[in-house]
Amino acid sequence: MLALLPPATLFVFLAPVLVGLAGTLLPAFGYLPAIGAHDLSLAPWRDLFAWPGFGSALRLTLSVGVLSSLLSLAGAVALVAMLSGTRAFGRVQSALAPLLATPHAAIALGLAFLLAPSGWIVRLISPEWTGWTRPPGDLVTIRDPYGLSLVAGLLTKEIPYLVLALAAALGQVPAQRLIACARSMGYSRGSAWLKLVLPQLWPQIRLPFYAVVAYSLSVVDQALVLGPGNPPPLAVLALRWFSDYDLARYLPASAAGTLQLGLVVAGLVICRLAEWGVGKAGRLWLERGRRSGAADWLLPVAAVPTGVVLAAGLLALLALAIWSFAASWPFPAALPLRWSLSAWAGAGERLQGSLGTTVLIAAAATAVALVLCVGCLEQEARRQRKPRNGLLWLLYLPLLVPQIAFLFGLQVALVRLRLDATLPAVIWAHLVFVLPYVFLSLADPWRALDPRLARSAASLGASPARIFFRVKLPILLRPLLVAAAVGVAVSVAQYLATVFAGAGRIATITTEALTLASGADRATIGVLGFTQTILPLLCYGLALTLPRIVFRHRRGLA
Amino acid sequence: MKDRSTRMITRRDTFRLASAAGAALIGGGALAEPRSPQAADWPAILAKAEGQTVYWNAWAGDERTNSFIAWVGQEVKKAHGVTINHVRLRDTAEAVTRVLAEKQAGRATGGSVDLIWINGPNFLTMKEQTLLFGPYVEALPNWAFVDTTSKRSNIVDFTVPVEGMATPWRMAQVVYLYDSARTLASSLPRSIAAMVPWARANPGRLTHPTIRNFLGSTFLKQALAELVSDALVLQTAPDNAGFAAASAPLWAWYDALRPHLWRQGLEFPETGPAQRQLLVDGEIDFYISFSPAEAATAIANRQLPDSARVFVLERGTIGNTSFVAIPYNAAHPEGAMVVSNFLLQPETQARAQDPRHMGNFTVLDLDKVPPASRALFARPEGVPALPTNAELGTVLAEPHPAWTTRITAEWERRYVR
Repeated sequence: MLALLPPATLFVFLAPVLVGLAGTLLPAFGYLPAIGAHDLSLAPWRDLFAWPGFGSALRLTLSVGVLSSLLSLAGAVALVAMLSGTRAFGRVQSALAPLLATPHAAIALGLAFLLAPSGWIVRLISPEWTGWTRPPGDLVTIRDPYGLSLVAGLLTKEIPYLVLALAAALGQVPAQRLIACARSMGYSRGSAWLKLVLPQLWPQIRLPFYAVVAYSLSVVDQALVLGPGNPPPLAVLALRWFSDYDLARYLPASAAGTLQLGLVVAGLVICRLAEWGVGKAGRLWLERGRRSGAADWLLPVAAVPTGVVLAAGLLALLALAIWSFAASWPFPAALPLRWSLSAWAGAGERLQGSLGTTVLIAAAATAVALVLCVGCLEQEARRQRKPRNGLLWLLYLPLLVPQIAFLFGLQVALVRLRLDATLPAVIWAHLVFVLPYVFLSLADPWRALDPRLARSAASLGASPARIFFRVKLPILLRPLLVAAAVGVAVSVAQYLATVFAGAGRIATITTEALTLASGADRATIGVLGFTQTILPLLCYGLALTLPRIVFRHRRGLA
Repeated sequence: MKDRSTRMITRRDTFRLASAAGAALIGGGALAEPRSPQAADWPAILAKAEGQTVYWNAWAGDERTNSFIAWVGQEVKKAHGVTINHVRLRDTAEAVTRVLAEKQAGRATGGSVDLIWINGPNFLTMKEQTLLFGPYVEALPNWAFVDTTSKRSNIVDFTVPVEGMATPWRMAQVVYLYDSARTLASSLPRSIAAMVPWARANPGRLTHPTIRNFLGSTFLKQALAELVSDALVLQTAPDNAGFAAASAPLWAWYDALRPHLWRQGLEFPETGPAQRQLLVDGEIDFYISFSPAEAATAIANRQLPDSARVFVLERGTIGNTSFVAIPYNAAHPEGAMVVSNFLLQPETQARAQDPRHMGNFTVLDLDKVPPASRALFARPEGVPALPTNAELGTVLAEPHPAWTTRITAEWERRYVR
């Protein structure tokens, strides 16, 4: 029974991706019988390349992807290098939790308000310092043609993610001893960190970084709010065409989705090559043996803007919260002139229904993911298999493949199975994204569990099942709960997966928020964005406090 | 309130293509049986409708409309035992595609869409593809109240004859919104031509929604309606030469205007309501809307300051009617007809017109409405932001839908870089 779980798990979350990819690739080459397209051809690609804004859209996609991947890596490394080993590190990590928990879309909405020419920052310094009683007509901040505000939006989400990955990896590297040793040999702290610690961390943050690259190249939800629209990045362009009532547009849309996939694959290949080059160069750099150098001022200099970006992200969340209580907040007032609960009252009714659905879907997807992951890990432990790297790549597949490249094809399959617009379909679609995250956050603690505990229990006559339920699960309660919280956060943030599998009939708070984002006032957007933030945060909070309550008599576990 | 093809593109849109593709794989094609209910059938329709759930597919980007639909749901539940399930669309085209997909899949009955809020290109698509149920409006008892003479758009949608295949339920007309506390009414441009010098004098203070949004193309259609030498050419689908000739003055005008628009005419708000936030924030001075009551309703909802007002252009503005239509394969056409009839009830129309609820001008002819109900339509006291019919001026007809398509494509060719 247990032996069947690993293959079942792979099927559950890989089948949708592979089926979906096939269903997008075929139309990209002119095969979509539903609209009478039977002949394989390159016409969809010609349509795509001939679109007036194609060149700009491609350039924009690439520059946003490259810039935000590199900056988030540099920022996260600088921050962790400066803070690791200090007490502040823990506090910074907890401060980043809200950013981790908040869906991309909600942060984008908050940032848009923070940075716009009529936004909070300009309001705070106007009119006293700027003399502006009206927003400047010629200042371009959000939706700039170079996508810089979109890059900022991505950084607020990806830096905390990479910081988390680095912090987790640090647990397995004796960083402080390495640094102490290097310092005794005269290396400066920054040089020691970059030369000794980072190379050992890299293998463990490689995949998270690749996920960041893939996401930055194919971002949709943040691009809708923060990115330029004329033309938009490629992924948004594909979605635009998918929504055209002219069905023939689906063919170039599929071509754009396929190109998006190609870009991500190329991006990852380039990363791999760059790793090799950087590794070679790094070895030379190490061998030269300079005790200090650029690293000493580069790291602090990089850490400062990183801190600014993260602070902006937190301010954006605060702005959302304030807006949700604002009755009247005209420019250039720094705070609302009148406060009210009416947006909350108005949204309350619609939230009731969608909140329940959101929680149900998140709970179900997370529960299934937990059972599958725990089953796989337990099987691995009993067989005493070594974790394989190839498996990890498979796990990351849904995070590396652009959603636009397979969700359409997956919908075709769901309709064929007559599963679309049902809760199970939505839960399954969420599972595709929830499962990898749950596995990643659970795998390390599970594998790090001291095997002597199980052996002691076995020598006392406990069966494997009894060991599992009475020894392993209680000890691992905390990581299990954290993994569950991560799963819920991922599920809550899913927009596309909900919408295509639910055929628009199943509403979660995230679909409600994005439906309204096109038309509603800021107070209502604030309510929904804030709720999107609060729900995952509550789960994280529970995951951290519950063990303390359950194990209040066992300090080692709490 | 127009075709609602808001073009704010999202991940949801994949499902439409997917369903189109997937459904077609399920079965072969089949054509619908023509069904034309008559007035005499009404008691039977009412009886059959009881207990049905009507899946009303409607654009959901406007909270007032969403609340109104919810209210309609409560009322028809009470009165007729019909439940409304509001399928919230980002884009009306989603529902159209879905029906098309079902037709291709041969699902001639038991379709998933019962009622669609629709007009313009989407209506044309459904009518041309024979995806509509009907003609049926003659069977609705309240059809007798509908104004079919002076409100021509109730029976001719964007030059396309409706022929009883859809029920009008709300009127729309282009107006421009401004804040009278900040901008003098007399300083505003009252013609398309006057917008250019105004924008030059007030750089960055005017914008329009992105061209993919129906209001974005309407901004240009409104300009075209005034700039075209012969308005009659707009009533039929243009050929290439005809379009080039008729639209030349439009592009000359737009080229002069664009550099002075918000963000130098390089970026545009995604939707109509997004402009409202820009007005509140003081980024722009006026914006286009399709709801004459928008100022009054937004004030009532505290989305605009009390000083918000609307103005129209001297030579008139484009107006149209929003419809609900029933797909040919609807699972619950009886329930959908009961809802359609309820929408034409004088009390319902009066509520829809009330700026505290939705603020959409009625499709009814008040002379046909029972005298007792007429008073419901009087302009409420203390709503100075609501224009009178006289203040709204001339209503211009919508151009043929092909103009919208062509203007959008040509705009992209010229201005997407």
